[in-house]
Amino acid sequence: MEEIIVFFYSFREPIFIMVLSIFLGIEVISNVPSVLHTPLMSGANAISGVIIIGGIILVGHTDLSGFSLELLLGILAMFFGTLNVAGGFAVTDRMLEMFKKKKK
Amino acid sequence: MDKILHTFNGTEFTVGHAILEFSYLLAAILFVWGLKLLSHPESARRGNFWAAAGMILAMITTLFLHEGSTGSRIQLMNVVVIVITIGIGTAVGLMISKKVKMTAMPELVSFFNATGGAASALVGLLEFGNPENESLLVTLLGLIIGSIAFSGSLIAYGKLAGKIGGIHAGFMKFVNIALLLGIIGLTVYVLLQPDPQTLAPMVYLLLGLTLLYGVLFVMPIGGADMPVVISLLNSLTGIAAAMAGFIYHNLAMILGGIFVGAAGTILTLLMCKAMNRSLINVIIGGFGGGGGTAGEEGGTVKEISLSDAAVLLAYSQKVVVVPGYGLAVAQAQHTVHELEKLLENKSVQLVYGIHPVAGRMPGHMNVLLAEADVPYDKLVEMEEINKDIGNVDVVIVVGANDVVNPAANDTPGSPIYGMPVINAARAKNVIVMKRGMGKGYAGIENPLFFKDNTRMLFGNAKDSIQKLVAEINTL
Repeated sequence: MEEIIVFFYSFREPIFIMVLSIFLGIEVISNVPSVLHTPLMSGANAISGVIIIGGIILVGHTDLSGFSLELLLGILAMFFGTLNVAGGFAVTDRMLEMFKKKKK
Repeated sequence: MDKILHTFNGTEFTVGHAILEFSYLLAAILFVWGLKLLSHPESARRGNFWAAAGMILAMITTLFLHEGSTGSRIQLMNVVVIVITIGIGTAVGLMISKKVKMTAMPELVSFFNATGGAASALVGLLEFGNPENESLLVTLLGLIIGSIAFSGSLIAYGKLAGKIGGIHAGFMKFVNIALLLGIIGLTVYVLLQPDPQTLAPMVYLLLGLTLLYGVLFVMPIGGADMPVVISLLNSLTGIAAAMAGFIYHNLAMILGGIFVGAAGTILTLLMCKAMNRSLINVIIGGFGGGGGTAGEEGGTVKEISLSDAAVLLAYSQKVVVVPGYGLAVAQAQHTVHELEKLLENKSVQLVYGIHPVAGRMPGHMNVLLAEADVPYDKLVEMEEINKDIGNVDVVIVVGANDVVNPAANDTPGSPIYGMPVINAARAKNVIVMKRGMGKGYAGIENPLFFKDNTRMLFGNAKDSIQKLVAEINTL
C-alpha cells in the first residue's frame, strides 16, 4: 500500500498528464468520418513511435567502449522505433495524397 | 547553453534544460494538433505533416540536449551511432512505405505497429537491468504491453497477408486466460522480490510468455473482427510507449503514447459498436469458430451470364456497389470505377455502399476507391444506403460476404446475429461477384446467395468487371 502511495506521489505530474491525455484523445477522435479511419489509425500509429525518444536516451548513454548485448538491443530498439516513425508518417501521407487528388 | 540560470528544488537548471523541455511541450502540442487536423478530410494531410514535425523536433533536441543521470550530454560517438541507426531506419521505412501496394495497406499498418511494440519491449527489457531505474512497475508494464503488441501485430500482419491461417479451437479461450493469469502472477512475483533486478531469467521468461500470449490472442480472431484487433493493437503500442515515458520522466512520450492509446481505444470501441459486439466478445469470442451450425439452409444458387448482367445494369436507374475484401485482392478498384463512369454515361446512378468494417481495416474500402479517383460523394455509408435500399434496382456485391449477410438480421443462432449489415437482400436484384462458392473469411453460410433475386457471377472480380464493361459497350 505504502509503495502505491509513494508511486503516485513521485509520479504525480506524469499521472496528471496521463489522465488529461486520455480525455484529450477521446475528445479529438470522436466524430471522425469513417473515410478517415485508416489514415487516422496509421497516423496515430506513427505518433506511438515516440518510443524512439526512449531509444535515443538509452543508446545515448550506453557505454561504447566495448561491444555489449545492451548496445546491440538498444540499437535494435532505435531501428524499430525509426521504422515505426518514418514508415508510419510516410505511408499516412501517401494515403492522404490520394484523397486530395480527387477533390479537383 | 550550459549557463546555470536558476537552482530549483536543489537541482540546477540551464538554458539547455529549458530548451529541451520547451521542445517537448511544442512536440506534444503538435501531436495533439496534428491528430485533430487528421480527423477532417480537408486538413488531414497537414495534420500528418505537423505531427511528423513534432516528432523530428523532439528527436533532435533529445539527441543534443538530453543529460544522463551523471549530468553529461550524449557523447559524440553515441551521437554518430544514433544518427547512423536512425538514417538506416528512415531509409528502410521510407522504402517500404513507397513500394507497398495500396491493397496491402492493412498489412503494412500492422507491420509498423509491430516495430513500435518491439521498440517499447526492448526499452523495457534494457531498463529493467538499470539500477538507477526508479519504477520497475512501469518498466515491466512497458515490456509486457510492448511485446504483446509486437507479436500480436506480427500475427495480424501474417494473417492479412495470407501467410498464416487461423486456429479455431474452443480450448484456445482457456489457454489464453491461463496464460494471462500466468503473466500477471509472474509480474507480481518479480515486483515483490526484495531485489528484483537480480531476476533477469524471470524477466526473460516473462518476455517469452507475453510474446506467446500475443500470438495466441490474435490467432483465433478473424473475419470482420480483424479491423478491431488492429486498432486495439495500435492503442497498445501507444500505451507501451507511454510506460517507457514514465521511466524517463519524459512528458512528451507520456502524452504522445497515452493520447494515441486513448484515441485508438475509442476507435476500437466505435468499430465494435458498428458491429454491435462488445470488445470482450471480440477478444474472447473467436469469430467464425462454430459458424456453420446456424443458417445451414443451402439451396441452389443461380448464375447470371455476362450479357444478361450487362443488360440488367444498362437498363437500371439506381445501382449500388458493395465492395469487400475481394475487391482489394482482385485489385479491381480501377475497373469498378470504369464501370461506374460507363453506367453514368448511360444515366444510371451508381453509388458505393460502404460498410464500416468492410475489408480488413477500418476505412479500407475508402482508401482503395480513393486511389481509383472515385469521388467522395459516391461513397455512401451503410445507414444511408439502407434507408432507400428497396428502390435500388441492382446491388452488385464485389468480393464482400459477411457485411451483406441477411442472417445478421433474421437468424438469431448465427454468429453474426445483431451486427448491422447492408440489406442487399431487400434490393430488387442482387449480383454477387465471387471467386467460388467458398464461405467468407468468417466461415459463415450466407443465405443471400440463395435468394430468388440473387444471381451469381463467378470469377475474379477484376476480370468479371472488365468483361462486363466490354459487354455494356456493345449494347
